[in-house]
Amino acid sequence: MKVTLKVWRQQSPNSAGRFETYPTPDLNPNMSFLEMLDVVNDDLTRQGKEPIAFAHDCREGICGTCGLSINGRPHGEGRGTATCQLYMRHFTEGQTITIEPFRAGPFPVLQDLIVDRSAFDRIMQKGGFVSVRTGSCQDANALPVAKPAAELAMDAAACIGCGACVASCKNASAMLFVSAKVSQLGLLPQGQPERHRRVLAMVAQMDREGFGNCTVTGSCEEACPKNISLAFIARMNRDYAVALLKGE
Amino acid sequence: MNLIGRLFCSSVGKKLIMAATGLGLVLFVFGHMVGNLQVFLGPEAINRYAELLHFSPELLWVVRLGMLTLIGLHIWAAFQVSAENRVARPVGYDGSPAPVETTYASRTMLMSGLIVAAFVIYHLLHYTVRVEAINFTGRSFADLKELSEAGVERHDVFKMVILGFSKPLVSLFYVVGVGLLSLHLSHGLRAMFQSLGLLTHRCGPLIRKLAPVLAWVLFLGYVSIPLAVMLGFGKEALN
Amino acid sequence: MKLDSKIPAGPLEQKWARHIAENRLVAPNNKRKYHIVVVGTGLAGASAAATLSELGYRVTAICFHDTARRAHSIAAQGGINAAKNYQNDGDSVWRLFYDTVKGGDFRAREANVHRLAQVSSGIIDQCVGQGVPFAREYGGLLANRSFGGAQVSRTFYARGQTGQQLLLGAYSALSKQVGAGAITMLPNTEMLDLVVVDGQAKGIVARNLNTGKLERIAADAVVLATGGYGNVFNLSTYARNSNATAIWRAHRRGAGFANPCFTQIHPTCIPVSGDYQSKLTLMSESLRNDGRCWVPKREGDKRRPQEIPEAERDYYLERMYPAFGNLAPRDIASRAAKRVCDEKRGVGESGLGVYLDFSDAINRLGLETIKERYGNLFDIYHEITDEDAYGTPMRIFPAVHYTMGGLWVDYNLMSTIPGLFVLGEANFSDHGANRLGASALMQGLADGYFVIPNTICGYLATQKPGSCPSADGEEFQAAEADVTARIERLLGVRGKRTITDFHKALGRLLWENCGMARKRANLEKAIREIPGLREEFWQDVNVPGEAGNLNQSLERAGRVADFLELAELMCRDALAREESCGCHFREEYEEAGECKRNDQDFAHAAVWEWQGEDKAPVRHTEPLAYEFVKMATRSYK
Repeated sequence: MKVTLKVWRQQSPNSAGRFETYPTPDLNPNMSFLEMLDVVNDDLTRQGKEPIAFAHDCREGICGTCGLSINGRPHGEGRGTATCQLYMRHFTEGQTITIEPFRAGPFPVLQDLIVDRSAFDRIMQKGGFVSVRTGSCQDANALPVAKPAAELAMDAAACIGCGACVASCKNASAMLFVSAKVSQLGLLPQGQPERHRRVLAMVAQMDREGFGNCTVTGSCEEACPKNISLAFIARMNRDYAVALLKGE
Repeated sequence: MNLIGRLFCSSVGKKLIMAATGLGLVLFVFGHMVGNLQVFLGPEAINRYAELLHFSPELLWVVRLGMLTLIGLHIWAAFQVSAENRVARPVGYDGSPAPVETTYASRTMLMSGLIVAAFVIYHLLHYTVRVEAINFTGRSFADLKELSEAGVERHDVFKMVILGFSKPLVSLFYVVGVGLLSLHLSHGLRAMFQSLGLLTHRCGPLIRKLAPVLAWVLFLGYVSIPLAVMLGFGKEALN
Repeated sequence: MKLDSKIPAGPLEQKWARHIAENRLVAPNNKRKYHIVVVGTGLAGASAAATLSELGYRVTAICFHDTARRAHSIAAQGGINAAKNYQNDGDSVWRLFYDTVKGGDFRAREANVHRLAQVSSGIIDQCVGQGVPFAREYGGLLANRSFGGAQVSRTFYARGQTGQQLLLGAYSALSKQVGAGAITMLPNTEMLDLVVVDGQAKGIVARNLNTGKLERIAADAVVLATGGYGNVFNLSTYARNSNATAIWRAHRRGAGFANPCFTQIHPTCIPVSGDYQSKLTLMSESLRNDGRCWVPKREGDKRRPQEIPEAERDYYLERMYPAFGNLAPRDIASRAAKRVCDEKRGVGESGLGVYLDFSDAINRLGLETIKERYGNLFDIYHEITDEDAYGTPMRIFPAVHYTMGGLWVDYNLMSTIPGLFVLGEANFSDHGANRLGASALMQGLADGYFVIPNTICGYLATQKPGSCPSADGEEFQAAEADVTARIERLLGVRGKRTITDFHKALGRLLWENCGMARKRANLEKAIREIPGLREEFWQDVNVPGEAGNLNQSLERAGRVADFLELAELMCRDALAREESCGCHFREEYEEAGECKRNDQDFAHAAVWEWQGEDKAPVRHTEPLAYEFVKMATRSYK
């Protein structure tokens, strides 16, 4: 099969970007989307053109590095998968596929399809942890955790930090990402001592980074490769309200 | 930062303000609907109800100012949030595709809200301030009086409503206004429960189903009055 | 090259405690005067950086990913072993130690493995304290599952994402320290050279991958936690960007490289579907609990699996290993699959695959049970191959998965260059010739949380506080000049062949000659051919772009160039080890198709010393003395 790519090309963070169109060489429908880009890049290199820069690493949907908007949809069609888990057989012969970086003010484009998601790290550094020192913990079984709470915490902890929630949200809100971490730790006994401080600090940093507000449209939940639920945002809102009243 | 600072400056705080004021407004809208529906019980019921509401001008103004504050905060928060949201996505996607799985209502909250606000202003001028020029009947609503059972002169709300809705264009505007309000609330109710932290894994699914039902109840409840008038209800009061 | 393992004296169970007690310490007020640079932020690197910083050292952590949370530790699925004995099934530190030593076919250092088993229990406490959501029972206590190579249930897990959860735990500890201003975190930064001053590791030269700028980072000690080098094969289950550059550059600066040929091949991966393929996807080993491996009995049988009658199928694992059947250990199952494919009985278009058939299990347990147990794996398989494994058997084939070899380290995890410490998969220390499932996570975190904080102080105490050299020193400038020259050379070739081309060619060469089965003639052939490929690379590779900005081609080219050197060393090591042990199967040394170890001549770690380009490296040995366990023959028949 062959398709046509309409790809966002941008030299550097400060240069203007534009779309370029490339016909692909003959493809195998069993290729992954990223393998298709590999093949196109080798082709471009042979023609003496600059290959398309795109972020990727594990190629099995867990590291959270890859993130392309495919026809305006972060990670492309299909629920619960990252870009690297998308296969060419889902496209049709001759189709034009638009590939763009994740679009959000706090995710500036570095080159072509690669964006800077370090804002997520800075949010995590403000409170996405339990302050325990190595070696200071009690025996693991001294702290029973009800199975449902542990399971729910795991649902939240599954976040891979890819940023698709931000990219899909019409407001570029990072609430799903932040709430997943806040909820994971808020659901577990280990997270209780810092529960209020954590939610206040992480939300404050999220705001400083310039993410938009949650207007509960639900597109983040749809785009999330790990199916993280919007309910975690509600949980964080509640935690925030309680933290406001109780203070730090 | 203290409580007030956080509430007014943080994203989640602003959404809390939006939700809390929204809750106040929704409760009012439901109460107002129940009150209005008394029109179907005849002139005595609705006029007595209106008289009751005007029992204490001081109290009435306290309520009115309270409502204005709620509306003011709600709109302030809406503008703040919308402005921030626009800044957060300086470059959009090619061809501006609609974000996945979003509803029309959720994408148009600011617009529907603003039109509803315009509608509310008209509604206040129409039935509360009673500006003659905008009721298109050629009669002053302020002059519509009747005597209560106790013999006290009071405002004839029943007649005013029937008269007001006898103009098809006015009724149509009300239907559109209330329709937009319901559209606004079909998403707004869900968002309100979400922002107040109630849409969790346990209660979420129920509330998510309930929100559009409540929006429909509101729509039908409100629209029933102009519709009934257009279909001839209360015609005799105009003679 | 002097190989002093520095194993403490005394009974096995007391070695570690005694070492901690007797090791020299750094006073609390002096700790902040020492600067440590940690390269890599996977399980080992992130946990080490966080813990060292908690102790008071000044720490700079670098990783080539865009954030510390993306290292390939994240992809580990199954779990982490620990000798907690929560199941009361007879587990103990000794048993975990013995299983690991035996699983490694008696080619690991006793004292290191025993220490690993001792600290394993503290890892679980630490991770639970951080909020890692391990699986739990209804009583609220931790759940365990069993794993290959053990007869007890000692594996802790968080669904199929244990590696992810442990890494995020370590990343959260790292983030806490970065937030507190105690760690300087440099993501998008790749180490390109080690700086050695007066024979001691005193810093690195790294490239900022976003801007292309070279950074010289001076430190009192350098910690490498950069993972394994399995991507030398091009196709592997590794992340696409995993590479050997940091350890290879350190090797070229004098660090001994131990057992480079020890490569684990995982038996259950999705077979290669075409030349474009970039990555092999692992299917959890747990599938072998209910699936049966088979191939047609007849050579070149191209019928569809459903059309092949029962009598014409060869359930080869059940036939060859009746006692363990489909649950034979990884290396054995992998080799069996290779053998039947070599006999031209492999399935699928390429003939490189075997069936993993669930029809019996579905008939016995019902479709629903199988769906419940493996539904997500069947979905992944369907997504990748477009085949429905409920209706037709899965096709699987072995793939490169882990490297037991790595830089040689002593008991303190210090390499042959004083001041250079190596943790996790990047070192060679704990798994011998074969790693057991759920032990990689254990080793990474043991090294980072518990071992390095207690051993690095012994080295730092020998260094005067505040004696860290300036990054403007002669050695730093020379190292930077080397790096610049190499980058310019790569960009200067402007040849015709793509980097992918070379990587694929190298991978094929290595897979065919130094893969699951090795023999003298093939290894000699590879040792002859690799230098030619390397030469061609430097004459004809096409690396587009420039050095002064983000350039993914340049990044890849540098990594492939290092793989081209490392591959040769792997073949030399495989050739020199004239025995079969664990993953290393030499066809000349077998008994009825099984490994034939030679403890007389090869009970040692082979440590290679770099002699310069185009010079043959020198092989040294560290004898492995088994004082506490008796070497035995592994048998799964």
